[in-house]
Amino acid sequence: MSTDQESKINLVVNSESKPYWEGAAKGQLLIRTCNTCGKVHHYPRTICPHCFSDDTAFVEASGNGVIYSYSVTRQAKPPYVIAYVTLDEGVTMLTNIVDCEIDKIHIGQKVRVKFSEAGDGYALPVFTSA
Amino acid sequence: MSINGKSYIVGIYEHPCRAALDKTLPQLHAEIAKGALADAGLSKDDVDAYFCAGDAPGLGPINMIEYMGLNNVRHMDSTETGGSSYIVHVNHAAQAIAAGHCNVALITLAGRPVADAKEGKPTRYYNQQAPDFPFETPYGPNVTNMYAMCAMRHMYEYGTTSEQLAWIKVAASHHAQYNEHARLRNVVTVEDVINSPMIADPLHRLDCCVITDGGGGIVMVSPEVAKSLKRTRVKVLGAGEAPKHLAAGQVDLTYSGACWSGPKAFAEAGVTPADIKYASIYDSFTITVLETLEDLGFCKKGEGGSFVSDGNLISGVGKLPFNTDGGGLCNNHPGNRGGMTKVLEAVRQVRGEAHPKVQVRNCDIALAHGTGGLLGSRMGSATVILGSEDA
Ligand SMILES: [Zn+2]
Repeated sequence: MSTDQESKINLVVNSESKPYWEGAAKGQLLIRTCNTCGKVHHYPRTICPHCFSDDTAFVEASGNGVIYSYSVTRQAKPPYVIAYVTLDEGVTMLTNIVDCEIDKIHIGQKVRVKFSEAGDGYALPVFTSA
Repeated sequence: MSINGKSYIVGIYEHPCRAALDKTLPQLHAEIAKGALADAGLSKDDVDAYFCAGDAPGLGPINMIEYMGLNNVRHMDSTETGGSSYIVHVNHAAQAIAAGHCNVALITLAGRPVADAKEGKPTRYYNQQAPDFPFETPYGPNVTNMYAMCAMRHMYEYGTTSEQLAWIKVAASHHAQYNEHARLRNVVTVEDVINSPMIADPLHRLDCCVITDGGGGIVMVSPEVAKSLKRTRVKVLGAGEAPKHLAAGQVDLTYSGACWSGPKAFAEAGVTPADIKYASIYDSFTITVLETLEDLGFCKKGEGGSFVSDGNLISGVGKLPFNTDGGGLCNNHPGNRGGMTKVLEAVRQVRGEAHPKVQVRNCDIALAHGTGGLLGSRMGSATVILGSEDA
């Protein structure tokens, strides 16, 4: 399946989010890490939400994760799958599951990032069966 | 400083309309204020504190105080936590009264999403500068699928079933049949819920609340003012409020902020879940009720499914009568904000003024809980415990 989101993606590009979308356009899933406390977080912020340090940076995630939860929005045409995916690095992100048989999607399923075109040279990280 | 016993709810009003095509939003607020003050036996000039949330147009209290001609206000609060705001307002009004900042507090909520939709106006607005917005909206989150993911995870971890969730709607419908103003008055069965169309797996259409116009209001006063009034007074015993969110990516969808707001309210009131005779539980969706009941300690975490089954939430049948007005699932969810109506029905129960078919006997202690925002991401949770004069 594919989501019907692709045609409507309207990314909010600002100083905190721009590198994230640029990374996605290069095929990288970026997460934010803190050089002071060593913890990662998502969504990305300039100041670490764990220790309040401003020494934070984007790092590339492996792109592998498992489905924490999901739901199929049946009334959309076509239906799409929203999900929380827990990355191997330990943070959980909101995303879509694409290119899978909807009725076989399940919690605990291993998934891998892929990138869908988002216009203006940016891309959106989504996930599919690993 | 504890708020226990320092203030009373003396006036309430629930607007009877469920579609407000012929009324403006400020007009609804004013009609509600008028109704709540009349119920209390007070006039607008007695009001010295005004509380409203994001549903009030303009700069909230400023515009509404002007519109309604509230000329003696010396305390204002526009705390916004979504649909739970009005339960937070009860807490804040109790604190303000206890601190001597005011004596007569008015809280109003109004909304017209049904009318707005018919008029082609946007019914929900979200600020693009919210920090989560860039990273979430591209994926198509909506109210239903965000709550659905909580239900999906709860089912995965605890074996909760769609049939168990359906019992929550069944109980609400049993109560709504007696409410002449309820949006949905027909009694439904577990099968009716399961067989209704799937909206966002695993939530069916009948797992979702109604969308209605209207609103409600509350008047709270100091003990001295309460004693001067004829109306049965309802004592504010304790309250708690808490944010819960995605915790920088450490996501757990199986509990709500009620696990923090609840214990605070119980401690302040000096009571336990076993003392609660009636509970108004925010019911945007069936799963909202199930997680909240667990978090408030009415049953163990993970056992909400069996707790709500077999009519345990139906007044006169089960152990914990809930949402005897029909709740958001069947009666009213004005402006997509259900916290106000939760307080109103809890007050009716303590007054002994709920519909006779659903009135809980000797209802000396009642609880109202709100979940504002989204159970599936970030929310403002608020709990208040109310009691009779002797409680
Ligand atoms: Zn840090």
